[in-house]
Amino acid sequence: MAAKNIIRFFVLLLLQVLVFSNINVNGYIYPAFYVYFILLLPFEIAGWLLLILSFLMGLGVDVFTNSLGINAAASVFTAFLRPGLIRMLKSKKEYEPGISPGIKDLGFRWFFFYALILISLHHSALFFIEAFSFKDILQTGNRIIASSTATLILVLLLQFLFYKQDKR
Amino acid sequence: MRNLIAFLWKNYFFFLFVILEVFAVFLIVNNNYYQGRVFFNSTNDVTGKILEKYNNLTSYFALKNANKILAEENARFYNMHPESFIKTDTLAFFVNDSIYLQQYKYISAKVISNSISRRNNYLKLNKGQLHGIKEDMAVVASNGIVGQVIEVSDNFSSVMSILNTNARVSAKLKTSNQVGSLYWEGEDYQMGKLVDIPSHVRFNVGDTVVTSGYSYTYPEGQVVGIVEGFDIDPGDSFFQIYVRFSVDFNKLYYVYAIQNIFKGELIDLEQSDIKE
Repeated sequence: MAAKNIIRFFVLLLLQVLVFSNINVNGYIYPAFYVYFILLLPFEIAGWLLLILSFLMGLGVDVFTNSLGINAAASVFTAFLRPGLIRMLKSKKEYEPGISPGIKDLGFRWFFFYALILISLHHSALFFIEAFSFKDILQTGNRIIASSTATLILVLLLQFLFYKQDKR
Repeated sequence: MRNLIAFLWKNYFFFLFVILEVFAVFLIVNNNYYQGRVFFNSTNDVTGKILEKYNNLTSYFALKNANKILAEENARFYNMHPESFIKTDTLAFFVNDSIYLQQYKYISAKVISNSISRRNNYLKLNKGQLHGIKEDMAVVASNGIVGQVIEVSDNFSSVMSILNTNARVSAKLKTSNQVGSLYWEGEDYQMGKLVDIPSHVRFNVGDTVVTSGYSYTYPEGQVVGIVEGFDIDPGDSFFQIYVRFSVDFNKLYYVYAIQNIFKGELIDLEQSDIKE
């Protein structure tokens, strides 16, 4: 379990800085796909580990993209809100031990809202910190909506891909 | 005391969150300071290596376009070559070498990472201190200016592109020589904004905008872009001119870093002006 998450950490970090950070669609869409790592951390993870890992993930992306601290701040913010959100989104199945966040264990509906809310929070934090003001709020809003949508689609696609594989 | 520790321990999740956020904000705010740079300079070499490896792989797919741009550039150099000129008046071409002192030094480099979608965009180049790149050198592509070196490690350098809300370039209209300040608004990666041009100046859409050379960084006359439109607020005495960049920032492969050899001398002179 731990090994899986460690591998995912590095794979997502490299994917982000080598692929997704280079996606340029009319300057608005910046899919911060690495947030997928935070989404998929197991339920029973200790709070401190959740925060530290998210921080390291953000910092890793920052070091590559010359945006020191911005992604780290947004990631820690997301990680901080995650336990509360999980408590709020009660599913029909209880969070039994051995269950992990994903379509496979908790169904599409649950995962869709979970991903939607966390990704929106993360991207809102990211783009507001990047702009560092509420001045161009409309432009920042557009960025948040466009990029969150892109990230959400990518996350759901990847979930389905692995869901299908596990079924076989 | 025991209560305090118990309280902290109970709410450690919140406090750890606050500590990490404060640290992150500290990093953001200090991002432009030298100290923060020094710490991350060492990692810069590592990330640079990884990006270069990746770039070696992907640059293959961009070869066709890069070749085209290089060929166009070669053609332009041939146009400047003495052999391309006919001597009509021997006096006009009299050149005594000792009159000319080289002021700008060009170093070619390859772009290994680049972005256009952030508010503050940066590039990384595959050359650094060992190749003669220094901080504050200008960076130009074959068809226009790109940015300014802000950080160098031994083998790599970071460039603040003009697609950066902190970047300012002293630019002028080529036809009238009126100087203004050019910056990027953070939205369309192809458009910049030239301000401080007084409202009495006449110019046309399609006029060329070039660097003024006043900042000592960019040589004079480097192409920035082309006037695409303008605005003037009622009661304002300055134009806001929209400039389409001549460089396609989404397609940068090879660039030149330019060193102004006399920059130190010029700045010393300026400072002695201020003292008096």
